[in-house]
Parts: sequence; C-alpha cells; structure tokens
Amino acid sequence: MNWSTMLLLLSEGLLTTIAVFVLTLLFSLPLGLLVSFGRMSKNKIVQTLVKVYISIMRGTPLMLQLIVVYFAPFYVFHLKISASYRFVAVIIAFAINYAAYFAEIYRGGIESMPQGQYEAAKVLGFTRAQTFFKIILPQVIKRILPSVTNEVITLVKDTSLAFVIAVAEMFTVAKQIAAAETSVMPLMIAGVYYYIFNLLVAIAMEKIEAHYSYYK
Amino acid sequence: MSEILLECKHIKKEFDNLTVLEDINLEVRRGEVLSIIGPSGSGKSTLLRCCTLLEKVDRGEIIYLGRHVCRMNESGEKPEYVSKDQLRGFHDCFGLVFQNFQLFPHYSVLRNITEAPIHVKHMPRAQAQEKARELLSMLGLADKADAYPYQLSGGQQQRVSIARALALNPQILFFDEPTSALDPELTVEVLKVIRALAAQHMTMVIVTHEMSFAREVSDKIVFMENGQVQAFGSPDEIFSSDQERIREFIGKLSD
Repeated sequence: MNWSTMLLLLSEGLLTTIAVFVLTLLFSLPLGLLVSFGRMSKNKIVQTLVKVYISIMRGTPLMLQLIVVYFAPFYVFHLKISASYRFVAVIIAFAINYAAYFAEIYRGGIESMPQGQYEAAKVLGFTRAQTFFKIILPQVIKRILPSVTNEVITLVKDTSLAFVIAVAEMFTVAKQIAAAETSVMPLMIAGVYYYIFNLLVAIAMEKIEAHYSYYK
Repeated sequence: MSEILLECKHIKKEFDNLTVLEDINLEVRRGEVLSIIGPSGSGKSTLLRCCTLLEKVDRGEIIYLGRHVCRMNESGEKPEYVSKDQLRGFHDCFGLVFQNFQLFPHYSVLRNITEAPIHVKHMPRAQAQEKARELLSMLGLADKADAYPYQLSGGQQQRVSIARALALNPQILFFDEPTSALDPELTVEVLKVIRALAAQHMTMVIVTHEMSFAREVSDKIVFMENGQVQAFGSPDEIFSSDQERIREFIGKLSD
C-alpha cells in the first residue's frame, strides 16, 4: 500500500472521528445541564436516580458502556440490530457518558455562584428562568471553561474506543492497515492526526476563554 | 401624616429554633427615612431580608400599600404568603441595596441598570437606557456607563447598585449596611448619595452602623437588640435616650 492510499483511508476514518466528536458534544453539553439540574433537584428520588446514573457512567469503562449500548437492543429486547445502529450506538454511549461528566462540572460551577447574585436578581423581579439564563449561566460558563476544555480534549482521544464495536473511525482504520501491512506507521500517523486535532481544539477553547475575559 | 407604605406586624423569625426576630412591629410612611441600628446579630439584616421577601417570616404580617404579602392563617398558627405570581408583583414596591453591591459582573454598568426595567417591566430599551443615563449622571457616574463593575471602586459600584434599584421606581429603598464594605473615603461618597435621595423625599429604610449619619438623615430610628425593637423614636429621642444600653451602644460607635 502506498502512502497516499494510506493517508486517504486514515482521512476517511478521521471524518468519522470528527462526526463522533461533534455529535457527542452537540448532545452531551445540553444533556449534561439537564442532568445537573436532576443532581441538584430538591426531589430526593430524582436526585438519587441521577446520582446512581452519574456513578455508573463514571465508575465503569466507557468501552464496556459502548458494548452494552450496542448489544442491549438484541439481548434485552430481542430487536434485530441493523448495520446503521453501530454509529448511533456510539453517539448514544458517548453522549450519556459525557453528559454525566459535564453535569458534575456544571454543578460545581453553579454551586460556586454566590447566593447574593440570586438574591439581587430576585429583588429586581427576575423570574427563576431569567435569573438562571441571564445572570447565573453566563458566569458559570466562564468559570467552568478550563474543566470543559479538559473533557473535550479527552473526548477527542476517547473517540478511538468506537473500534470496540467496529465503527470505522480513524483508530479502527489505522489498526486494520497496521495489521494488513505489518507496520506501525499507520498508528503513528493516526497519533499525529489526533495531536493536530487536539491542538486545534485547544486553540478554539482558548479563543472562547479569551472571549469571556472582558470581565472579572 | 403621610400614607403608610409598609407595615410589619408581630414578625417572628427563627433559624433552627434560634429566635432571630421576636414580635417586631414596624411602620414606614411615604417620604420617611428610617434607620435601623443595633449591635451585630441583633436581627437588623434579617428584618430587612424579611421585608424584601428574601426570607419568609415564621409569624406575623407584612403589608405593602395596604396589600398583604403574608397574613396569619385562620387558626393563627402559620403565616400564609400570597401565590408566587402575586409575590413577584410586590417586587415593584421596593428596592434593595446590598452590603457587597451584588452587581452583575458580566454586564456593563448601563446594562446592570437597564436589564430589569427591560425584561421585568418591559420598558422599551431606548427609554430604559435614557433613564439609566439620567440616574448615572445624578449619581456622578455619567462617564462610567460602559465600564464593567470590576473597573470601578467600591464606592462607585455601590452607587451603580443604588442606580440599579432606583431604575425600577421603588416606593421604598432598603439599604443593608451600604457602607460596611467601604473605606471611610468611599463611605462619604455613598452617604452623600443617600443624603441627596433623602432631600428628594425618597422613602428609605437603612440598616447602618454610621451613627452620626443615621442621626442626621433619619426621621425615625429603630434600635434593635436580641431580635427585638428596644427603642423607637426620632433621632433626638434615641440619641438622648436614658436607656443605659442605648447610650452605651451609641457611645461606642460615635466618637
């Protein structure tokens, strides 16, 4: 196999990697907010259920979660698994896993807000929703950005776990070529691709942080 | 006598079985400046927080402009507050200036002031901004409209928070130790603003440790201790009180 074929195949894999990355963030970032509300709920039942959910998501390997999400429809509900479900399973598993981590980051940020900000908003007559979305959330976002950046960078690398259910993202492709060609070169190139990907992510996150640095 | 804006009757407040307020009665009339003085832990701030609906009372009635915010239930055991929607309506009645300002750090000075008029009172943006600029120039901050709170001194921040409260045209403006977080020089500039408001007959309730200021600006002074009103009267009455405890307290703070 020549170099250009190898790079082409890896780049196709990279597209899948990017798709997993983007879709996971798209679903897990808002879902995480919802989960954090559940975690902070005054309703003990909701709070406990969400605690258990977060505990499982953080306490078991993401790889295992991928396998469970992929095979559960067949083993539990006796549904036929279609080929296209592979990719969907990856997105579901990643989204619910990352939502758990994001939820805890959101919670930390929300709970660090001084009570006085809520009180000032209340006295001015803001509704609870207005208070949260206009006063609290923008400040929380600024506070949690560094932690979110960490998770997002981890996500780029975690996408490689999709190989476990044979989704043809970049790492899966690299491993296949490496095996067929008995060469580690494809894996090294994949490594460089991941690194560049994360470099871009870090730069983007820095830009976002800079955007929020207009106040202290 | 002018109209009664706020009445508190038999207010009681407890935190974990510790009685913080005991049978407080208070009346605030239009145009009046009422100062609440007393040692730390005497319940002054808690009373203010009950009046501004940040805390719920455990007994008693709160009445704004003749309308009950809460009244005792039929068996007379518990206070009943009006519904949440109605409660929000009462936020029109008062404004509150916090000890540590509580400006919104992510908004410019102008937006700190206009946000509530626009989104709570549905005032047109241009009108809200015009009003905010008027307030800012009245408070000597005309050039700070586009600054962010962190760029201002404590005294300037406190004046912005006064402007923010005034933008909603409150009937009563409450101050919770408005100068306690400020050094003496900045204290003077904030007191000057409160004095100017008093001259315009703004109704104000001020929790303060500034004795000479309270004496000068107030129509009535409440002296609180141990969750109770120990004395109530004109500044002259309070400052010439023959109650040993009041003389001692005032003597300690005004030298």
